[in-house]
Amino acid sequence: MKGDFMDKFLKGSGLSIVSSVAVVIAGMLLGFIVLFISNASQAPAAIVTILTFGFSSLRNFGDVLYFATPIIMTGLSVGFAYKTGLFNIGASGQFTFGAFVAVYIALNFEFLAPPLRIIAALAAAMLAGALWAAIPGLLKAYRNVHEVISCIMTNYIGMFLVNYLILTTIFDPMRASSQRVPPSTHIPIWGLDSIFTDAVRASPLNASIFVAIFSALLMYIILDRTTFGYELKACGLNKDAAKYAGINENRSIIFSMMISGALAGLGGGMHFLSGAGRTMSVADVLANEGFMGISVSLLGLNHPIGIIFSGVLIAYLQRGGFNIQPLGFAQEIIEIAIAVIIYFCAFVLLVRTQLGNVIAKTAAIFGNFIKFGADKSSKSAKSTKGKAV
Amino acid sequence: MHIIEMRNITKKFPGIIANDDITLGLKKGEIHALLGENGAGKSTLMSVLFGLYKAEKGEILKNGEKVNITGPSDATKLGIGMVHQHFKLVHNFTVLENIILGVETTKNGVLQMKDARQKVLELSQKYELEVDLDKEIRYITVGMQQRVEILKMLYRNNEILIFDEPTAVLTPQEIEALIATMRNMAAEGKSILFITHKLDEIKQAADRCSVLRKGKLIGTVDVAATSKEEMSEMMVGRKLSLTLTKKTPQIGETILQVKNLTQKGDSQKNKLTNITFDVKAGEILCIAGIEGNGQTDLVNAITGLTAVDSGTVAISGVNITNASIRNRGTQGMSHIPEDRHKHGLILDYNLAYNTVLQNYYKTPFQKMGFLQKGKIREYANQLVERFDIRASEGSNSIVRAMSGGNQQKIILAREIANSPKLLIAVQPTRGLDVGAIEYIHKQLLAQRDEGKAVLLISLELEEVMNISDRVLVMYEGEIVANVNPQNITFKELGLYMAGAKREAAVA
Ligand SMILES: Nc1ncnc2c1ncn2[C@@H]1O[C@H](COP(=O)(O)OP(=O)(O)O)[C@@H](O)[C@H]1O
Ligand SMILES: [Mg+2]
Repeated sequence: MKGDFMDKFLKGSGLSIVSSVAVVIAGMLLGFIVLFISNASQAPAAIVTILTFGFSSLRNFGDVLYFATPIIMTGLSVGFAYKTGLFNIGASGQFTFGAFVAVYIALNFEFLAPPLRIIAALAAAMLAGALWAAIPGLLKAYRNVHEVISCIMTNYIGMFLVNYLILTTIFDPMRASSQRVPPSTHIPIWGLDSIFTDAVRASPLNASIFVAIFSALLMYIILDRTTFGYELKACGLNKDAAKYAGINENRSIIFSMMISGALAGLGGGMHFLSGAGRTMSVADVLANEGFMGISVSLLGLNHPIGIIFSGVLIAYLQRGGFNIQPLGFAQEIIEIAIAVIIYFCAFVLLVRTQLGNVIAKTAAIFGNFIKFGADKSSKSAKSTKGKAV
Repeated sequence: MHIIEMRNITKKFPGIIANDDITLGLKKGEIHALLGENGAGKSTLMSVLFGLYKAEKGEILKNGEKVNITGPSDATKLGIGMVHQHFKLVHNFTVLENIILGVETTKNGVLQMKDARQKVLELSQKYELEVDLDKEIRYITVGMQQRVEILKMLYRNNEILIFDEPTAVLTPQEIEALIATMRNMAAEGKSILFITHKLDEIKQAADRCSVLRKGKLIGTVDVAATSKEEMSEMMVGRKLSLTLTKKTPQIGETILQVKNLTQKGDSQKNKLTNITFDVKAGEILCIAGIEGNGQTDLVNAITGLTAVDSGTVAISGVNITNASIRNRGTQGMSHIPEDRHKHGLILDYNLAYNTVLQNYYKTPFQKMGFLQKGKIREYANQLVERFDIRASEGSNSIVRAMSGGNQQKIILAREIANSPKLLIAVQPTRGLDVGAIEYIHKQLLAQRDEGKAVLLISLELEEVMNISDRVLVMYEGEIVANVNPQNITFKELGLYMAGAKREAAVA
């Protein structure tokens, strides 16, 4: 199954690995130009750092995977919705909501023994994300409100509401953020720290990366193998035809949004239970992971496997970028350079797949025509020859 | 001598040769029909003549002299006018404004409408082209819009007139009037190129006929000396049975029963008013009417696409007025929808997936919530075989890449294979070529002979008369006639459709 899976992904996207790599290299060149303009003398060193940092040690690579996990989750969230015809721009709010609920349970549900408490916290995070995403789903299904509008609103409402909830329930004035969750509620490391380490310390990588990979697999199975996925995709591809076929398209919209939200919520929950002393701040900023999910999904061609790779790639670039600060690059320039690389790649891939589709379709139509024409005329050539002209 | 001669015209589009070395001569004062299936290249050839496309090869001669037509303005200068398949009128301009658009006379920047009006009036009287000069285009009928297009050509003193499928949008009466006008114009010395794929019209109107097939000119024939069968064979490249052999219907019990169905409209006017009728097993009941007289609303109400305001719908005595669409399916209703791209297919699913659109959740296509792709493919392959669906990659083909006729065959296959009690087919042959139409008609008749109830909604009179056992005519949301096609003429049917006549009591 695995081979078939990869094969389909590549075939479906109409791209070869080679050309994808070429695109990424071209994107890097553009990013390099940005760095060059900003600080020509340090630019070569900077680009080398960006390119090599992630692989420079196992610990650094562990960090890449660690930071890739939440954006893979939000990427899956966006990708799942996209495959069913919805644009979930609300992953940010769902991520934040999931995170809060998980942290709250980790801090307060002392009646649950820690392993159980982690499971409960993550389950609740999924539920919170799902419910938060159900709002745009319901609005779209029954009030025909476009999900992009309501997602933007739920992002802000979610952020302010969570800030308020943190302040009133789990605030730590010393840190000016949420309290630290007890180490017993950290997601298990499963010995990853002994692999992804260097002389100084280990990467905080933990089991959540496996959950992310498993989620991707699950998404693939649901969408590709189940009747449920058949319905969801049918609604996404052609709502009217789905209705004609007796599929409850409103139900499908709501379920799609909820699954999408659950993925983002789980991502948020895992991120804040992942050790490394992470706490939730109360700044009035939308969670960036939600928006990164859009790039990740786009770059991964909305395919679960593609999303894993693109999540890792983006995290890799970001870790590298983070580490060129000592070379004297402003944080903003680094972000611009990284964004240029990501969006260039995403744009080219998008154009190429769309273009690829058009070419494939035209070729298919043409092939059809010839085939149809050929066997039609071979049958009929004799009968009209005498008459014609 | 030909007034217009097109020599060795070749026009290619990416991946297709739309016109392949076509040579065609138009005599002065003749009506020259251009016959061919959809996609044969008729519109392309005429667009080349009118200067909309530049041919890769070939030349055009007027009165024996080579001319260079690089755009419609050249064509207009040479006296060539064209009525397009889709009219090109400005909707919020009046009829008169549209007619003079582009050739207005002005004095000190002020439009001189008076002379123009006089000239248009004369033309409209001379050729019996009745129009209302001061109405805006959006408020007049399609038939009148066409007359406006014709007047536009006459106003410009065009002597070579091209009509691209002018009859497709008209009622029988309007078609008759149009043909009379064309004859009238030909008698005045105008030369006419008349595109159609209807043989009757050619027989009535044309002097000669050129037949195109797949971009090639098959031949030019003298209409009076050539039978319809011969022309249709040239058009499709094989023998067709133009008249369907129909067994006498074996009418059974009532399957569909619609009672007092009324749908409110946006304004005070109802979309549907008090519609009552039955469809019985073993009959094809056809609902005829001009487009937009409530047929779509009726079908939507029966099939559950829209909710019913008042009245009832029942299948075999079971009330399904408010049933879900899926439930209607289980009760034995199948539906070939009017818009096959909007409702009938998921174009980005493959052929196999489209064949189980209503059944994907049933065994054997599903097991514990998982799709059984092998079983679905097997089933699709059976349908491909049985209904002769052609696609480059068999059941794996993405439907979007298939031809219209084969897309329609998927829907037909799926709906028939569900073995319904009632098959609702809405304009099932629209836009298809003659071969595919023949096939679909045969399948509908086969369903009826198997004792299914068939409800056919059609705009094509020929279709209505040929395959139905009973005809209801809809006009402005009401049923105005319930007739046996054997006891009625085309003309009479047309009067009902146009609202000029109605039966006293319609059962
Ligand atoms: N502008 C265009 N671009 C590409 N292909 C076209 C274009 N116009 C027509 N065709 C193709 O050329 C062929 C002939 O089309 P057309 O002349 O419209 O046929 P007809 O009028 O006989 O139905 C068809 O296969 C059609 O798809
Ligand atoms: Mg045409």
